[in-house]
Amino acid sequence: MSSVAQKRSFGATVWDWMTTVDHKKIGILYLLGGLFFFVLGGIEALIIRLQLLKPNNDLVSAGLFNELITMHGTTMIFLAAMPILFGLMNAIMPLQIGARDVAFPFINSLGLWMFIFGGIFLNLSWFFGQVPDAGWTSYTSLAITSEGHGIDFYAIGLQIAGGGTLMAGINFLVTIINMRAPGMTYMRMPLFTWTTFVASALILFAFPPLTIGLFMLTFDRLFGGNFFDHTMGGNTIIWEHIFWIFGHPEVYILILPAFGIFSEVFPIFARKRLFGYASMVFATVLIGFLGFMVWAHHMFTVGLGPTANAIFAVATMAIAVPTGVKIFNWLLTIWGGSIKVTVPMLYALGFIPSFVMGGVTGIMQGAAPLDYQLHDSYFIVAHFHYVIVGGVVLGIFSGMTLWWPKMFGVMLSETLGKWTFWFFFIGFHLTFLIQHWLGFWGMPRRVWTYMDGQGWNSANFISTIGAMLMGIGVIIFLINVIKSHVQKKPVPNDPWGDGRTLEWAIPSPPPFYNFAQTPLVRGLDSVWIEKQEGNESGLTPAEPVQDIHMPNGSIIPFLMTLGIFVAGFGAMYRLETSWGLPVLVLGLFFTFATMSARSLKDDLGFYVKKEQVLKDLKEKGGKI
Amino acid sequence: MDLNKKFTPETWPANPERATLEAKNKFVGFWLFIAGEVILFSTLFGVYIALKDKGISGPEFSAQELYELPLVFVMTMLLLTSSLTSVFAMYHMKNYNFKKMQIWLSVTAFLGLGFLMLEVYEFAHYAQLGFTYNNSAFSSAFFTLVGTHGFHVAIGLVWITLLIFRNAKRGLNLYNATKYYTFSLYWHFIDVVWVFIFTVVYLMGVVG
Repeated sequence: MSSVAQKRSFGATVWDWMTTVDHKKIGILYLLGGLFFFVLGGIEALIIRLQLLKPNNDLVSAGLFNELITMHGTTMIFLAAMPILFGLMNAIMPLQIGARDVAFPFINSLGLWMFIFGGIFLNLSWFFGQVPDAGWTSYTSLAITSEGHGIDFYAIGLQIAGGGTLMAGINFLVTIINMRAPGMTYMRMPLFTWTTFVASALILFAFPPLTIGLFMLTFDRLFGGNFFDHTMGGNTIIWEHIFWIFGHPEVYILILPAFGIFSEVFPIFARKRLFGYASMVFATVLIGFLGFMVWAHHMFTVGLGPTANAIFAVATMAIAVPTGVKIFNWLLTIWGGSIKVTVPMLYALGFIPSFVMGGVTGIMQGAAPLDYQLHDSYFIVAHFHYVIVGGVVLGIFSGMTLWWPKMFGVMLSETLGKWTFWFFFIGFHLTFLIQHWLGFWGMPRRVWTYMDGQGWNSANFISTIGAMLMGIGVIIFLINVIKSHVQKKPVPNDPWGDGRTLEWAIPSPPPFYNFAQTPLVRGLDSVWIEKQEGNESGLTPAEPVQDIHMPNGSIIPFLMTLGIFVAGFGAMYRLETSWGLPVLVLGLFFTFATMSARSLKDDLGFYVKKEQVLKDLKEKGGKI
Repeated sequence: MDLNKKFTPETWPANPERATLEAKNKFVGFWLFIAGEVILFSTLFGVYIALKDKGISGPEFSAQELYELPLVFVMTMLLLTSSLTSVFAMYHMKNYNFKKMQIWLSVTAFLGLGFLMLEVYEFAHYAQLGFTYNNSAFSSAFFTLVGTHGFHVAIGLVWITLLIFRNAKRGLNLYNATKYYTFSLYWHFIDVVWVFIFTVVYLMGVVG
């Protein structure tokens, strides 16, 4: 995106992006990869809704329907929502703490490529015609008997992508612990950084169980393991526990960064500092902690017994308390503010009622006896779409619009943005509100079709119309992106005019070393404080202009991941072909060889000379 | 960072493993990685406990009949001693005594190799008896838990061998001090996991 990149040949540009360790470029790749899968998952969702448009519909076969719902859920959670949030975290979090890069730029790149190759691996299943079909939760009573290699694509693809996520989590944690600018104490960190921190901690503790669960599933299916085969003493409930010990924190991994985004948006556009900052931090940490205590509320109907169900019901309802704290803090931030209704703010305003509705239905399911009635009905579908779409996706749109100029140096059109919002927001409520009643009226989830005369026809019809409106909203968003990038108007450091945190005091997009001089942070909302005191640059430097140490780019992360990707195919075809085992061994050997190469070759980074930094500052018209 | 900078025991920093920002990052990052590994092994322990003695084809394959404590005792001693020798190595690393550090790390590696070979023998022995990975849910859980630990030992051995040979000619600096130190952390962690395996799998298995 910089002017230097445009002068290079196409091949050199591609090479530059393949080897980049710059957190902003990695953030952009995460974002674009996530958007691609978001559109893919959205198309799957539209086909699901079209199939359910009318009773006894046969647009898709029952088997294909199972594949579609499985891939829709898996794609949206692992390959769309998380990577888009990772893109924003990567691009923005280091800027917010005044760092020049993340703690482990190499591992950052490795995490990105593992996400991309994992996503490709999973979706190649469509081309092999053997697609995962046991639902995104892949309960093993279905999964170990599923024919073909569908579930293997699921298990190995998620294994690769999940490994990348774990690395990204550790990387963010260390970055925030070690690389904050002078004066940036923990209680001066912007809320988006805080939520990144807590979400990363959740990743660190939630993903290892998924790793083990997926390994056991893979071993059961491909290497003769017996973990889940009850005829051999195995137990499918183990999978359910492991999956939800991962799966419940996972939804907090998704929603906390979205909370962080809204906690940035409200103060900027209400032009008022965040109400109850300390209680916001406390609530974030508490939600993160309680997120690990409630997994069995997904398993109320399994038969764990009344004591277990009661404990998990109480723990589940306890989460409403810190979440309520957050909602009231946001409301009180807006209260009395001088509000500007921009596109990010629209999403934030739309988020509050939508997410509260999702939260309230969550409490309803937290009551174990009621959950027996609601379990596996469309009520559940409505609930989790209200929290994921009404919370996470609105947060993603809000954050993307807010930080698009910072990441790309291009402002998205406000008019088209508002069109997107209204189509998406109305479409969202139209799709999912009625599904609560569909659940009450007895429609089970994950059904391929339904019979006429059960009173479900018009509700399903309305729901499908809503889904189409959401699709139109997303199309307008994509048009907006293309149009804005064609026009490519230059944007100032702080395009919204009321930026409060450090990222708004540096050019859009920032130079690759971010800060010519590491900033000195004197309080919460550092840039806001500086501006209030008459410092128009918004920054007080903590050091003189000097040589800047930066990491080297590397192709090794790409190659390492390629090895695992190839090995995955070897593992999958080991039993039925002669080439499977050699390919598995070769792929793993290649990965270990590239790891050794990384260990043996010193990588000390390089220095940006002081003269270069001064020259850049002069061109940008910045002050020293 | 200047790799050619020469240190003496006097100028060598007190905590060389976290003397630079990159080193500090690796130090903190590695502790977090170990935290993740703790969860990973906890999950495996949970699965093992849930599937203990489940689905076995005969009484001779129950935990009580199968395990042989003398062999496991020798393995435990080898691994615990290797942890001790890695502490000696880190002692010499902090005193900027490269040669002694390399010697103690080599001893660590040999003890680890001894452990691993005994584990391979143990697995082969069980397989010979008919207690293979596919035998039952119990066998799958056993081999996955203990095998994952063994795999960690193998990775550690490759890691330390690479480090010993890579740096043999150039001595200690602030770049590789962190690598040595994180290896020792890793090795201690593997040791702790083994203490739990020894207790939960073998001792509790034999006692019943």
